[in-house]
Amino acid sequence: MDPLHQFQINPILSIIVGGVNVSFSNSAMFMVIAVALIYALLVYGAKGRALVPGRLQSLAEMFYEFVANLVRENAGPDARPYFPFVFSIFMFILLGNMLGMIPYAFTYTSHIIVTFALALTVFVFVTLLALMKHGTHFFSFFLPHGAPLWLAPIIIPIEVISYFARPVSLSIRLFANMMAGHTMMKVFAGFTVLLGASLGGVGYAIGILPLIINVALIGFELLVAFLQAYVFSILTCLYIRDALELH
Amino acid sequence: MGDDKPPHSLEELEARLRKARERGKPGSSGGPKVSDTSGHALGAAFRIGVELLAAMIVGVGSGYLLDRWLGTAPWGLVLMFFLGAGAGILNVYRAVSGLGMGAGYGQGDNGIPPADGRNGDTPAGRRGHDKDPTPGA
Repeated sequence: MDPLHQFQINPILSIIVGGVNVSFSNSAMFMVIAVALIYALLVYGAKGRALVPGRLQSLAEMFYEFVANLVRENAGPDARPYFPFVFSIFMFILLGNMLGMIPYAFTYTSHIIVTFALALTVFVFVTLLALMKHGTHFFSFFLPHGAPLWLAPIIIPIEVISYFARPVSLSIRLFANMMAGHTMMKVFAGFTVLLGASLGGVGYAIGILPLIINVALIGFELLVAFLQAYVFSILTCLYIRDALELH
Repeated sequence: MGDDKPPHSLEELEARLRKARERGKPGSSGGPKVSDTSGHALGAAFRIGVELLAAMIVGVGSGYLLDRWLGTAPWGLVLMFFLGAGAGILNVYRAVSGLGMGAGYGQGDNGIPPADGRNGDTPAGRRGHDKDPTPGA
């Protein structure tokens, strides 16, 4: 009945190496499942190479085209070499969110440590990219061009904080949306059970109302699951564009 | 794609090829896409909601750590709280006005670009930004 029970991490295979717990958990298992599914979709989808694509090939091509357009529109034409990076991130988050919609499944994107690791990967990647492309000129990023010099002591810390807030906002947004949505579904489902348990037949009759809301919530959650993967990758694209163009 | 239609003429094919190539070119805004407009408004709403919070967390967190490191409590926290709040408001402003969310956008000399990020017909106003005459400033 605990709506937060679904976020519990349980070790499936206990592994402890030198006092460090590196157990294979349910979270890790669903990550492996997600990666395996993505791999299978793309490998089998691309196998036929039919001119008129079948179902799997259609799906694989749809994802490819969607992310390719995303990268081209948001990261600019020079960002094509970084398409695989954005594609991997998009697919991993999308599969994580969508697998979480299956009953009894674990949503690994509802844990902030997972989303923060993903966001940090993007952050480090983009920062290294900017440093490699522009060298020390990168640091001019933190003082807007044309700002009066006497404002620099205020502007530079603000811009630095603003820059370091990127991975934080990326990870909080994804984790909070997934966790809030899943908790809400559990809470509404719990209402039905509680009503039935306490009021008997009448309770089950009234319990249809939270059930109806839950049906709507599941639809909304599917939208959020897609939208959050989309937002994460769109922001990754914008950051790559910043790193490439560096105004 | 029915088989009952006559085959496309070569000119027609040429035109379609040219259009497809045009789409891959830099500077073009691409053809209309159904999937791309599915959740722009909601996506933008989700994007900006967390910006303020994230900058505050970074600001207050770094202020707290600075205090612990330098033993200057509570001044680091106080100072970084205000800087974090400033950064948060800046991030929200950038997110809603479509300047992107990068630190230090060099818009100083030619001012804020036209307000086409605000009337909402282009996604986050990136296109208006494309016309910025100082790309490498």
